[in-house]
Amino acid sequence: MINEFFLMNGYGIYVFSAFAFTLLNFTILYLIIRSQFEREKEKFINKFGSLDHQKAKTAKLQKINKEILSNSTIN
Amino acid sequence: MFKIFEPNKIFKITSKAPKYVIFLFVVILTVGLSEALIFSPEDYKQSHAVRIMYVHVPAAWISLSIFSLITVLSIIGYIFKHQNFFLISKSLAPSGFVFNIIALVTGAIWGKPTWGTWWAWDARITSMLILALFYALYLITWRLYEDKEKVMKITTFITILGIINVPIIKFSVDWWNTLHQPASINILSKNVIHSSMLMPLIIMTAAFALFSLLIFLMKYNTELIKIKNKGLDRL
Repeated sequence: MINEFFLMNGYGIYVFSAFAFTLLNFTILYLIIRSQFEREKEKFINKFGSLDHQKAKTAKLQKINKEILSNSTIN
Repeated sequence: MFKIFEPNKIFKITSKAPKYVIFLFVVILTVGLSEALIFSPEDYKQSHAVRIMYVHVPAAWISLSIFSLITVLSIIGYIFKHQNFFLISKSLAPSGFVFNIIALVTGAIWGKPTWGTWWAWDARITSMLILALFYALYLITWRLYEDKEKVMKITTFITILGIINVPIIKFSVDWWNTLHQPASINILSKNVIHSSMLMPLIIMTAAFALFSLLIFLMKYNTELIKIKNKGLDRL
């Protein structure tokens, strides 16, 4: 039964390689985009942390900046 | 007019949405994979090789849709000088490109058992390859140029040129003798595909669309943070 499922009348190698290729591409793309996101966010948090009190206060007036920092230790 | 698209207003939504989208994507993909690999019937002619359709066709549909969307957004962005439309277009492109590559490669894998060859220079395959080149050109342009005005102009030009290829891809099977069969799914006329095969196809398309949305949201958020990073430098 399991053998039949994987062999698929001899087409299994084609079917599973097509699905595997698709899922592999999904994983790679997701990881690349996520790492880009994490890198930019980290850069932002580091830059924000190095701002003096007045500049940080000004920057925090923007909602979007507050949102980016919401999950960081700086808030 | 386009105030609804202001990054400051939508970031709250786009930053929280990915975790819900990824959950929905995993659920729908699991259902789709079970339908595609286990429950859907084999074809009387192609046997189990037909199952490749469930990744090949949605990937091709999504890559074509994304390119069309990028073109429309770029043109609107260029006319109304609205940078956010370009940001949305730029964030859509990576998933569109990857789906284009998936359509080409899974098509080649499907071609071997059904046509006896991995590759043929037939109209549909060649026009899909050309679309991949347009995607590549579009993505490279964003990497190459720093000047915003210039990059917006060039990418709009690339999408306008590339969109000419989209109807060619769609109607290539009607206009020329190709290895591909004519469309089995029509919005305006009766489908020639059985519901037991149509259902997994729709579910897999929904899963792929959700994946595109996930990648788009993550990329869009990254681009917004990049802009905010530059803003901090100017403080």
